[in-house]
Amino acid sequence: MSHLIPQFDPAELLWWVFASLAVGGGIGMITRKNPIASLLFLVLSFFSLAAIYVLLQAHFIAAIQIIVYAGAIMVLFLFVIMLLNLGHDYQSDLRGGLWIIWGFTLAGIIGFVLTRIFAVGDAAVTGRGGIVIDQSVRELNAVGAIADPLFREFLIPFELTSILLLVAIIGAVLLAKRRV
Amino acid sequence: MVELSLVLSAILFSIGIAGVVVRRNAIILFMCIELMLNAANLAFVAFSRMVGIEGQVFVFFVMTVAAAEAAVGLAIVISIFRHTETVDMKNFNLLRW
Amino acid sequence: MEHAFEPTLLWAVALLPLLGFVINGVIAFAAPDRKILPTLVGPGVVGIAFIIAVINFLGLRSAGIHEPFIESYWSWMPAGNLQVAAAFQLDQLSMLMTLIVTGVGFLIHVFSVGSMKSDPGYARYFAYLNLFVFFMLVLVLGANYPVMFVGWEGVGLCSYLLIGFWFTDPEKADAGKKAFIVNRIGDFGFLVAMFLIFTNLGTLDFVEVFAAAPGAFAYGGVVVTAITLFLFLGATGKSAQIPLYVWLPDAMAGPTPVSALIHAATMVTAGVYMVARSSVLFALAPVSMIVVAGIGALTALFAATIGLAQYDIKKVLAYSTVSQLGYMFIGVGVGAYTAGVFHLMTHAFFKALLFLGSGAVIHAMHEAYHHTHRHEDAQDMRNMGGLKKYLPLTWGTMWVGTLAIAGVWPFAGFFSKDEIIWRTAARAVGPFEGWFTLFWVMSLVAAILTAFYMTRMMVMTFHGENRTGEKERKYLHEVPKVMTLPLVVLALLSVVGGWINVPHALAELPVIGWIPHSEWLHDWLHPITERADAIIAQNVGGPAETSPVGGGEAVWALISLAIAVTVIFAASRIIGARRYVPAAEAPPPTGFFRVLYNKWYIDEIYDRIIVRPVVTLSRICWRFIDQGIIDGLVNLAGYFSRGVGWVGSRFQTGQVNTYAFAVVIGVLFVLGFVVLR
Repeated sequence: MSHLIPQFDPAELLWWVFASLAVGGGIGMITRKNPIASLLFLVLSFFSLAAIYVLLQAHFIAAIQIIVYAGAIMVLFLFVIMLLNLGHDYQSDLRGGLWIIWGFTLAGIIGFVLTRIFAVGDAAVTGRGGIVIDQSVRELNAVGAIADPLFREFLIPFELTSILLLVAIIGAVLLAKRRV
Repeated sequence: MVELSLVLSAILFSIGIAGVVVRRNAIILFMCIELMLNAANLAFVAFSRMVGIEGQVFVFFVMTVAAAEAAVGLAIVISIFRHTETVDMKNFNLLRW
Repeated sequence: MEHAFEPTLLWAVALLPLLGFVINGVIAFAAPDRKILPTLVGPGVVGIAFIIAVINFLGLRSAGIHEPFIESYWSWMPAGNLQVAAAFQLDQLSMLMTLIVTGVGFLIHVFSVGSMKSDPGYARYFAYLNLFVFFMLVLVLGANYPVMFVGWEGVGLCSYLLIGFWFTDPEKADAGKKAFIVNRIGDFGFLVAMFLIFTNLGTLDFVEVFAAAPGAFAYGGVVVTAITLFLFLGATGKSAQIPLYVWLPDAMAGPTPVSALIHAATMVTAGVYMVARSSVLFALAPVSMIVVAGIGALTALFAATIGLAQYDIKKVLAYSTVSQLGYMFIGVGVGAYTAGVFHLMTHAFFKALLFLGSGAVIHAMHEAYHHTHRHEDAQDMRNMGGLKKYLPLTWGTMWVGTLAIAGVWPFAGFFSKDEIIWRTAARAVGPFEGWFTLFWVMSLVAAILTAFYMTRMMVMTFHGENRTGEKERKYLHEVPKVMTLPLVVLALLSVVGGWINVPHALAELPVIGWIPHSEWLHDWLHPITERADAIIAQNVGGPAETSPVGGGEAVWALISLAIAVTVIFAASRIIGARRYVPAAEAPPPTGFFRVLYNKWYIDEIYDRIIVRPVVTLSRICWRFIDQGIIDGLVNLAGYFSRGVGWVGSRFQTGQVNTYAFAVVIGVLFVLGFVVLR
């Protein structure tokens, strides 16, 4: 009777679960009045995305998604919300009805357009890069697979990024000081 | 799965856009922008399955920049809050005609 | 013996006065109080120009050439088919005109040194006067119609500047404007004529036009008639004929030497010169010649009637000028080109003399009133009288001028005016015989009136009892020598000036025939007029031997002499018997006299018929079209921009969400472009 049970790929099923969690988290985020609730929904979205990264065999990216995004950036957001004491006495800050209609219409259109752009259904293309990546991961393991191009072809952007971070630190410190 | 990831990325992006247009709280506005960036990351990772490792390298950079931007932006929000006691964007209209 | 002749320093004749203008102009700006340099430069440059002209004249006379000399200085308008050069033409006619302009001009400059001595605008005056001489020389020396037109316009400009010399008085400034505007109407005619000439003949050079015209135009054809009528329109403007004469009496608002130079001797004769120069064209159009002669005759008679009733001494002379110009046009209208130019020359002498003389009288009257601090009109003849005792030299020279203009032998006007009258009678043959007879009669009547009003002027001014006032009489005296010397020279010229063209027919007469007859001017101008004379002789026939009522040239000369002398005697009796009252106490004129005094109300008629409708029309154009429609459209553009801007500004709410929305729309466009491409 096994031939009556439709064949399904467990990975695909998991993907669907996490995809709906991501979308639900997104919608929840944009509709909550409470900023903390909104933030937590976004964290849910991020975790789901990390899972999807794992499903796409991008393990390193999944890891740093959780560490950097969900773990650092969102915590920063939370700190700021709590610093500014926004968690109590919150009013609804949704804009007027016309804006909502316009916003969602536009979003829908853009989503549709993007979907059409991304509709690359060539089977020969799909998966070709993945083979190279899998090979690289086997040789250098997950971190090495990314570190290798990072420190070879993309060395200069890497260094520039570190300068960018330095600038951002200085800027953030200066901007947030009570007295300059 | 890769194509579906792309569709998901488009949907998340449009949700982020809707949020940016519709919400007035500055911090939630930032969070919607972070969502859009994540949608872009997802698209990069999906494409890396098609093209090569460069997609994931770029995700690395995007995350770094997103972190820096979030830090600086929140610092600005804090300093505005010190002036105006609110983070509601409808009060920040000095650029009005 | 003929030897080769080259014009010497022809350009210098014209450029010297221009140099004088520059120097005097600089002084007028920088140091208006300096009088020495303008005194030397002003008359000086004209004097030197006169000497150069005389040298050229002597050379030209002995060379006996037939074709004109053309000196081309540079190519002024090379434009496709139109090739106009800045060129001067020296031939018998332009030589004569140059001599008149520089000679009489020099004398008037010298006179001005005395009469304008106390005027604060001394240097400016000489600058303008020199500029005028320059432009007049360009006019008479031009080798083609455009160069002549440059001079034409230039003398009009200088006329405006000089008439309105005392522009702080609004009346005088208005007189200047009136002169310029009325002239402009004539200039339109000149321009149209130039266009027609160029269209039909392809050239504007005198030599080429007059060579090509007899072949290109049919005798009496529409085209050549149109050309000549338009040219004549220009001439009526410049030479003050009906209907465009109205500026000349008003032009007496300027200084008197200006009236003498511009409105007696030179500028107003430009029209006559132009018709004489274009004699070939006019000869081809008999209708135009009738028009020219007719308007000349009408103007001569009309202006003479007005001159009878004027009290301002300069106005009398102004209308006299208009009348004498009419005679000149009669002359060129009947084909007697030499006679017309002859009268131009003699008129320059005696009219300049008369104007300068009146200037001396006015100068003396001004001084007298100045000393007694009264403000009477120094130009009104009712305030004069008996000035013979106080200004004897002026009195004598002005009588010479009066006899000349009245046509008394042996003075200059006798020969020139009588030749014109005789040629009009002689022309009364063939077609249009009746017209010419009429013109002849009109010119005779005008001659009678001329003698009458001139005598009236002399008697009122110099004879009888003095009406100026008790106290003023002490201060009346003759004017200084710098002013009387030109009067004497001009008087001399008024006597002998006519002797250069004594007709042969008079040789048999007793007494009168004692002056050697020469007809020198005829022979001198023969190369200029021979083509036109030939055309007229071919189509109309030779001149008659007797007038329409009988009698030959000699008979009619005697008759007109007798008429002139009789009228002078009668007038002096009539006017001398009248009692005049000084102007301030005089009663206003009445009856028909009033009509003449008010110039037949022509100015008022023009005002009603022409000026007011034009002003109303321009007011409509201003209010409705310019302000309403055009400005309205421009303002509408402004309002439209503001409106669009207002709409655009509604997007600038200052809120980030709105801007994000705008960004999103932009993203949509980009994506759409990518998808749909």
